[in-house]
Amino acid sequence: MITKVRQHPTQNESLLFETSSPGKIGYQLPALDVPPVDPSEVLGAEYVREEIPDFPEVSEVDVIRHFTRLSTWNYAIDLGLYPLGSCTMKYNPRVNEAVARTEGLMWIHPYQPDALSQGAFAILAELERVLAEITGMDAVTLQPAAGAHGELTGILLVRALLEAQGNPRKRVIVPDSAHGTNPASVRMAGYEVVNVASNDRGMLDTEALARMVDDDVAAIMITNPNTLGVFEEHIIEVARILHSKGALVYMDGANLNALAGISRPGDYGVDLMHLNLHKTFSTPHGGGGPGSGPVAVKKPLEPFLPLPRLQHASSGWSWNYDRPHSIGRVRAFYGNFGVLVRALAYIMAHGGNGLRRATLDALLNANYLRKLLETDYEIAYSAPSMHECVFRHAATGAIAKRLIDYGFHPYTVSFPLIVHGAMMIEPTETESKQELDLFVDALISIAQEVKESPELVQTAPHSTRTNKVDEVAAARKPILKWTR
Amino acid sequence: MLDTIGLSTLEELYAHLPEDVRFHGALNIPSGKSEYEIIDYFRVRGHENANSHANFLGAGVYHHYRPVLVDTVVSRAEFLTSYTPYQAEISQGTLTAIFEFQTMICQLTGMDVANASMYDGSTAVPEAAMMAMRITGREGIAVARTVHPEYREVLGTYTRHQGVPVTEFEYDPESGQLDLESMEQVLNENTAAVIIQSPNFFGVIEDAKRIAEMAHAKGALLVLVFTEAVSLGLLEPPRDADIVAGELQSFAIAPSYGGPFAGIIACKEKYVRQLPGRLVGETKDASGNRAFCLTLATREQHIRREKATSNICTNQALIALMATVFMALYGKQGLRELAEQNLAKAHYLGERLWRRFKGPYFNEFVAATGVQSPDEINHRLLGFQIVGGLRLDRFYPELGNSVLLCCTEMASRADMDAVAEAFGA
Amino acid sequence: MDPEDLRYTKEHEWVRVEGDTGTIGITFHAQKELGDIVYVDLPKPGTLLQQHKTIGSVESVKAVSDIYTPVSGEVVEVNGSLAESPEILNTDPYGSGWLVKIRLSEPGEAGKLLTAAEYHAFVGTESS
Repeated sequence: MITKVRQHPTQNESLLFETSSPGKIGYQLPALDVPPVDPSEVLGAEYVREEIPDFPEVSEVDVIRHFTRLSTWNYAIDLGLYPLGSCTMKYNPRVNEAVARTEGLMWIHPYQPDALSQGAFAILAELERVLAEITGMDAVTLQPAAGAHGELTGILLVRALLEAQGNPRKRVIVPDSAHGTNPASVRMAGYEVVNVASNDRGMLDTEALARMVDDDVAAIMITNPNTLGVFEEHIIEVARILHSKGALVYMDGANLNALAGISRPGDYGVDLMHLNLHKTFSTPHGGGGPGSGPVAVKKPLEPFLPLPRLQHASSGWSWNYDRPHSIGRVRAFYGNFGVLVRALAYIMAHGGNGLRRATLDALLNANYLRKLLETDYEIAYSAPSMHECVFRHAATGAIAKRLIDYGFHPYTVSFPLIVHGAMMIEPTETESKQELDLFVDALISIAQEVKESPELVQTAPHSTRTNKVDEVAAARKPILKWTR
Repeated sequence: MLDTIGLSTLEELYAHLPEDVRFHGALNIPSGKSEYEIIDYFRVRGHENANSHANFLGAGVYHHYRPVLVDTVVSRAEFLTSYTPYQAEISQGTLTAIFEFQTMICQLTGMDVANASMYDGSTAVPEAAMMAMRITGREGIAVARTVHPEYREVLGTYTRHQGVPVTEFEYDPESGQLDLESMEQVLNENTAAVIIQSPNFFGVIEDAKRIAEMAHAKGALLVLVFTEAVSLGLLEPPRDADIVAGELQSFAIAPSYGGPFAGIIACKEKYVRQLPGRLVGETKDASGNRAFCLTLATREQHIRREKATSNICTNQALIALMATVFMALYGKQGLRELAEQNLAKAHYLGERLWRRFKGPYFNEFVAATGVQSPDEINHRLLGFQIVGGLRLDRFYPELGNSVLLCCTEMASRADMDAVAEAFGA
Repeated sequence: MDPEDLRYTKEHEWVRVEGDTGTIGITFHAQKELGDIVYVDLPKPGTLLQQHKTIGSVESVKAVSDIYTPVSGEVVEVNGSLAESPEILNTDPYGSGWLVKIRLSEPGEAGKLLTAAEYHAFVGTESS
């Protein structure tokens, strides 16, 4: 039975371009307090454009209604459980939004004198410190704009260190369960990708790994817990194998929400890792960004971190550009500062103990779901689950869509690639028992529907304003903008 | 819940982890703070920064007014707390807004296709360069020294390890535009892309049409970079370029010490298969109603893995939404008026100072400081709560005693008079 | 189902040899595995191809599959209708859904590829 939702009307809404009428405006500028200039005169007529064809002409009320109506067509964490595996869709505390809009943080220019940015430096320094503490690492760069950008930065750091030792080497090992960004990042850093298979427990096969690692291997990129939600129990052995051949261990920190406060990768052989502040540290996903992907490293990698670095002297904080071994800049300015502010606010609200408690709650929620779903769904690997669990079902795609009718966002479908029919579920610590129980009831009810009325599941969702979308037509004849 | 699982303590949830990987200490992070304490901490940090200063810095980050409605919209939980719109049926809000964003970027730039946004302008540049290499099958990049220096550094970081030769070419010391002869000299049969910025780092507008002809004559593509998106409201769109890579910070995205911003890449239709980043396309649902979805995903890393066009995994959806709301509010007439105000303000101050370059400029220009040093002038301006221009010798050693000044619609006449006075003009 | 007069590869391509020209395509099994095909990337006429090397790709909404040429030679013709209507790869993989025509440089190659019966047996073992 569907208990969480019932249907309610949503309003139709045209595109801005279709509701435009000539001359309508939604802005007001102050009167110009200097003499106007004639653009054609000061620039030359050849540099001045005609009017912008078909650009919107709408009022302020048109704009607010337009976007408010569109917003009601979205699902969101603030509406309920968002169990996307490896995405860590946790509550985004609103105090984070409030502090990010502090006037003296929001309006500061990256090139204003360092003396006028001391508050920003203090925030960055404190965030570097606590992230190093959480990961057990020695130094952190806050510059990467997203997880994938952190991966690229990290692999460039690996290359820089090995180059300094005389040989950058050729290959990076990536487990077959890895997220697609890993191999893509490796390629962008100029390395070849070699895949290593998982064993029947869903973990890295250390014997196979030992045979693969030679003097041409630069690093392994390992996600831990991996994308099956399983902790790589042999991580110390993995590090030993890599280190014995002079190679490094890179950890993808996408799943740090399973470890914060209970396990620190820097303590047991991981040389560097990236973190996703938009996952573990609650900064909002915003429909696909902005994120932030800091990279934490052990001491030997520190000289190679991107430019510039924070430095402190009696006169205060400033930026240090004099770092000859650095890989250089990975982006303009200093990182997604607004996102970094939010992450620090989250960490402050929790404190060390609170972070640990959040992790334990995330493990509790995942294991609770696993236990209650195990009778109706087949768990992909029997190894203990950390913060997420992966089931398998031939109809995973249809079941996911049917969950929408029950008022939930689908779980992650068809990933990791090594599980056919994967259903990857990550509840996070945000969810109450009440919400989890509703979710379990929904999935059990759908398992029944799959047997009794498969057609109902196959054609889901039935309750949304937009039903099954024709992605094939979209890809065959791409329409990527509105035209008159 | 523990009972259901069959455990008695929370600690048992990770008892299967080997002893050596478990962390037994306590994290050295002060205990959890209340909401009030957190707000107070950041308020104090904010006060340690410049506050309520007038600001004449540009150089890739611009002080433009942010209409109130922008934050009203992006604070809607349905936009703020949703994920990448993979599940089209319950993501039509985000998808529709991105489709409008792509459309407006095309209208502004004169390009056929625009992606759903990149991290920022600086990372869009190497992505555009790699895109040009895939299209042409060539491996060299020629970049003007008038492209933002930090963007060029990022290009260097991305390309260095792939063995891609990047050659810089000079600007004309009279006009501040790029030096066509210098450019001609570095182009060869291996040049995949010529990368220029307009208005360039000095605020000077480049002759994109002429440059495009020269690049195309050598079989290279023209990648045009912009950092000041407001200029698109007034200036001839870069339709002679093959690829446009830009930064949208000017469209209601707060300076925020350099991020988060939103970049874009737009291009000619025929290059869409090589375009990195997310794309939203129009289609229909099973009932025949218009619907939108992510499309052409086979270019991307989650399908093509190491053969993908890029490792980029997200766009900057919420930031791009700020720009979308901004473009909708200002609209056809407003963006033009806004750009004209910027032009008028910059020329009000620019024509009173000793400008280094003669080329046409939009809202930034390079001013010589004469016998005074830039620091002396900026120090004096700080006394009036004014942050002065950017010292250029940091990036261009040959441009000693020069600053880059920017005047947006937020520069008041009184403050501009104070700047002129500090320069001794 | 798989025509008797064609030769096949384990990468699920076929070739039809007529004189010194080979026409190549993907098999019924290959298009079925991919699902609705939305895009085909093919080499230009004049391109020199080497047997078993990648020459392009076919894409569905959520998968990409490389195309490997069964035979060596020079591309003489490309099936232009695939750009407009990639779906003919699904509806008629052995007919109007051909990919490219090649002037064979090693005419002996095709004879060593799988026969229809051998390919059929191979697909049977692969899917079981």
